Amino acid sequence: MTESPATKPANGDVCQRVKNGLKPDRNGLLKSLHRCHEQQPKHHCHPEEEEEVHAASHHGSLYNRSFIESFEETPMLVAVLTYMGYGILTIFGYLRDFLRHWKIERCHIAREKEEQKDFVPLYQDFENFYTRNLYMRIRDNWNRPICSVPGAKVDLMERSSRDYNWTFEYTGRVVHDVINLGSYNYLGFAENTGPCADSAAEVTIKYGVGVASTRQEIGNLDRHEEMEKLVAKFLGVESAMAFGMGFATNSMNIPALAGKGCLILSDELNHASLVLGARLSGSTIRVFKHNNMQSLEKLLREAIVHGQPRTHRPWKKILIVVEGIYSMEGSVVRLPEVIALKKRYRAYLYLDEAHSIGALGSRGRGVVDYFGLDPCDVDVMMGTFTKSFGAAGGYIAGKRELIEYLRSHSHSAVYATSMSPPVVEQIITSMKCIMGEDGTTIGLKRVRQLAENTVYFRKRLREMGFIIYGNMDSPVVPMMLYMPAKIGAFGREMLKRNIGVVVVGFPATPIIESRARFCISAAHTKDMLDRALSVISEVGDLLQLKYSRHRIQPSLARPFDNNVYEDIDD
Amino acid sequence: MNFKNFTEYLAWLYYQYLLITGIYVLEPWEKSIFNSILFSAIAMVIYTSYVFVPIHLCLTLQLSVMMQNYL
Ligand SMILES: Cc1ncc(COP(=O)(O)O)c(C=O)c1O
Repeated sequence: MTESPATKPANGDVCQRVKNGLKPDRNGLLKSLHRCHEQQPKHHCHPEEEEEVHAASHHGSLYNRSFIESFEETPMLVAVLTYMGYGILTIFGYLRDFLRHWKIERCHIAREKEEQKDFVPLYQDFENFYTRNLYMRIRDNWNRPICSVPGAKVDLMERSSRDYNWTFEYTGRVVHDVINLGSYNYLGFAENTGPCADSAAEVTIKYGVGVASTRQEIGNLDRHEEMEKLVAKFLGVESAMAFGMGFATNSMNIPALAGKGCLILSDELNHASLVLGARLSGSTIRVFKHNNMQSLEKLLREAIVHGQPRTHRPWKKILIVVEGIYSMEGSVVRLPEVIALKKRYRAYLYLDEAHSIGALGSRGRGVVDYFGLDPCDVDVMMGTFTKSFGAAGGYIAGKRELIEYLRSHSHSAVYATSMSPPVVEQIITSMKCIMGEDGTTIGLKRVRQLAENTVYFRKRLREMGFIIYGNMDSPVVPMMLYMPAKIGAFGREMLKRNIGVVVVGFPATPIIESRARFCISAAHTKDMLDRALSVISEVGDLLQLKYSRHRIQPSLARPFDNNVYEDIDD
Repeated sequence: MNFKNFTEYLAWLYYQYLLITGIYVLEPWEKSIFNSILFSAIAMVIYTSYVFVPIHLCLTLQLSVMMQNYL
């Protein structure tokens, strides 16, 4: 029986605690907030005058460590040249489309059939044009089959294309020992040897690979229960539940938490799964600027002052949806500020720790640990096992009522088959390793190693003069390439030198901000990093990628929007 | 970048040109179309300036002399 979010009781038992209503004390809250910001004018009003070091000096009470995040501005000339490059490629795209249309050249890609000619065109929007005419030309950089465990080094299957990437042929050869800077293998648990793999193998023999039934029917195993208890303990919350797919954890649980009459405030760079979940929920969605607390606060205030559109009733719930580490930007959420805002305005917080769990914090317990906050301040903690734990799936953790509510109401809890026991075992052993419950300090060492590698890698890249985005502690390191041809060239040149990198362009990033994204792992040794760095430097010189104009010292922040602030002040 | 000889330097320059204009990703025949259009345009600009600029200069000079006489 499917219960649509709209027909659900609006305040499930989890959500009784808070209503974002018009309450007499609201003004008091606003005032206190206002004052609080006036005491810190330096931080918000003159960001351009200083390096963006949101350190203890500005938010003494909020941040217990320096928060350095940089997004150097795109140099003007580079931006112009990038647009010019796209312009030229677009012209050639039109030329090729013209040739295909008149059947002068063969069309390799899907197109309308003869009998569909008079219908609404299917393949004429910009994304299709882009795929056909730009992406296809450098497609050899993506979707590469590998033939080994994706650890610190990886073996690639060599392939070649005779028709400019429309089709590929495998040559049968293998490119061995490519240094892997592309996997989200933060703690290096993607291994096929060692304790995790051994116990997963054991469990496979004992339990098989799956029971093909849902948790609510006969798919519930003792391993699942153990894992959920362990996850809750790891995160320091009351209860947790796990799902077989991280993406579905987001997209199926947000609709269970929010519905019509609720407001979702979502960061503009949130992952597709969060966006999908928010849209499926049927709530009103408002988007705030990436990691911009003024923007979030403005939306919160407006939501509380105006309530729902037309009726002006208060919102049933306000849910703030943020991620721990943003995987394209390498930025870390300003969690202390988000929590302060959430408390002040009585909203709920949904934190997606897909990339940060395991990768941040002194004990590897995600952003909450990184900032030294109380996990109970985050209402819904979500994360995936896909990255740091070298497994698959996602979890939701929080208060016991929340989890119990989700167990019976979430679509993915009710309908999805339960997780495969070997995967569960991998999660259990890797998590125990991080917690030190296996009696070793391997896990802790890996967490430290990752932090060390990250700082080292970022520092060296910055010194070389590349434009690096994001927080200095984030193991996702985006390096800007900008020009469309350089996306392809960088990937190819790096692979020629036996380094595997991920290059990212539109539509995953804004059209001019193409980048390469390095993911640092605890499994990378200093030698590997040094080799990778020297190759990056070499290719950087060859392709002229060292765009940065501020050498060594942290660069200027992405400018804050001051006017966001002005119109709330009066 | 240090280059062994001049040809290497030229090759590097050409590579930069390919990357910046984006034609690095094009197929060879498209590259040659782009190059021939660009270079013929540049050649024409140079040719026209070679042919017409002296004439224009002469005319301007004459005009200014005439204006001076007239005043
Ligand atoms: C922020 C975020 N949430 C959710 C997911 C989905 O996780 P999974 O790959 O386990 O389905 C991802 C994965 O890329 C992610 O980056």
